[in-house]
Amino acid sequence: MRKDPLIPGVYCHDLIQFNNRSGVLSMLEIVFFYIASLVALIATVMAMTRANAIHALIYLIVSLLAVAVIFFLIGAPFAAALEIVIYAGAIMVLFVFVIMMLNLGEKGDKQERQWLSPSVWVGPALLSIVLLAELLFIISDVNGPVSTSSVSPKAVGLSLFGPYVLAVEISAMLLLAGLVGSFHLGRRYLERDYGDERGKE
Amino acid sequence: MAELLPVILALTILVSGVAGAAILTWFERRLLGVWQDRYGPNRLGPLGIGQVLADMIKLLFKDDWIPPFSDRVVFIFAPTAIVVAMMMGFAVVPFAPQMMIIDVNIGLLFFLGMTSLAVYSVLLGGLASNNKYALLGGLRSAAQMVSYEVFMGLSLMGVVMITGSFSLVDIVEAQADIWFCFTQILGLFVFVIAGIAESHRLPFDLPEAEHELTAGFHTEYGGMKFAMFMLGEYLGLMLISCMIVTLFFGGWHSPISLGDGLPPFFWFSFKTFVVICFFVLLRAAIPRPRYDQLMSLGWKVMLPITLVNILITGAVLLWMEGAV
Repeated sequence: MRKDPLIPGVYCHDLIQFNNRSGVLSMLEIVFFYIASLVALIATVMAMTRANAIHALIYLIVSLLAVAVIFFLIGAPFAAALEIVIYAGAIMVLFVFVIMMLNLGEKGDKQERQWLSPSVWVGPALLSIVLLAELLFIISDVNGPVSTSSVSPKAVGLSLFGPYVLAVEISAMLLLAGLVGSFHLGRRYLERDYGDERGKE
Repeated sequence: MAELLPVILALTILVSGVAGAAILTWFERRLLGVWQDRYGPNRLGPLGIGQVLADMIKLLFKDDWIPPFSDRVVFIFAPTAIVVAMMMGFAVVPFAPQMMIIDVNIGLLFFLGMTSLAVYSVLLGGLASNNKYALLGGLRSAAQMVSYEVFMGLSLMGVVMITGSFSLVDIVEAQADIWFCFTQILGLFVFVIAGIAESHRLPFDLPEAEHELTAGFHTEYGGMKFAMFMLGEYLGLMLISCMIVTLFFGGWHSPISLGDGLPPFFWFSFKTFVVICFFVLLRAAIPRPRYDQLMSLGWKVMLPITLVNILITGAVLLWMEGAV
């Protein structure tokens, strides 16, 4: 078994449990890593440039799935599973749901095509390229492993309810506030429509 | 050879999944017939099993029409998504000791992820058809599946808490003494109902309720593409049954010590068969609820039950450990 990883900083542990490999990514896994990254990049670019909202969303879902594969390869299977269950499986479904409710059709496509004119995106794109260059420069400096082992769901749970318990509690409160708020908004809307007659009964 | 085993198993699942779904279409109608005092398809071949072949020939040779007003690419993509997602779900099912494609420490989450991806098939199929009924069916399925996914995941947390692992092999091995259908009765109850809603089978087939939405999300589909939706639905039924057996009925363990002589795979498939029959019985016995009844059942009954289940399970576990 090779000791030094082919990609600097990318290690992988028990990718598939019954193989029980440890440490370094094999050639096959590195190929998978690059394929998944390529898919993620292409899908994201396509998601940004599609005029049709549904097509853009499908590309975004593909991009999320590709990111899940990357997580899985570099030893974070739990994060990979959550990426699929929560992002691809729940949040994006709600996005598609809203798009269906709006029923944009051809008119939406036309509007979107106007917004995609070069005068709109050239400025931000140039600025992002500067950031990308900086990021590449920083990454090229990093040596050694990012992670040497796969992170089990148990380890994630222990750290969430250990050192990060305050963050968990705060996000729970935030979600509860969101829930109460949306319930309040939805209720008022219902009462405005039907409440008068039903209240008098 | 040992490395080839998952590949062979995957191919076997692919073939037997498709064949099983085909036979299930006939088997279900026959069983429904028995329970509803009628015959069902009994003309072709012994017991009418030739009906499977006849249906397949009909579906294969039907004109593969794509509506000109539809969103072409998405329209074709939608039926494949459900089949792919459901087939992927079988990758983590432990049929017998050493007889599974992959044993990951996130097996259960992988299954939940795949079932939640299957939603897109119905959703995009309904949207791409560009048809009012299909759109309504798609909308219903989105709301129904996103809601029931919540209880489906939460209902399994009791099992995960007792086992201490997301790995399905660990979960089955933890049931060597007592099956989780006894200790997790509330979890089982919610999981079965959520499983029916997730695979949008009768009585929860609101997305395609034919009495109000013609055929719901697959109104515009015919021929092979319709067959793909059907295949996905039956694969979903089989997958849910396999998961119920794995999670609550002891997987490959035999129910009585007498049965130890029989191979573990026999017990797994036998239990799965019984669960599938139970699902058919539900279809035969229970009428379809209204859509608002379905949603309020979910949020007002299922959610509290799962939360109470998690609370009780946690309390009992702590008590057994002597922490309280």
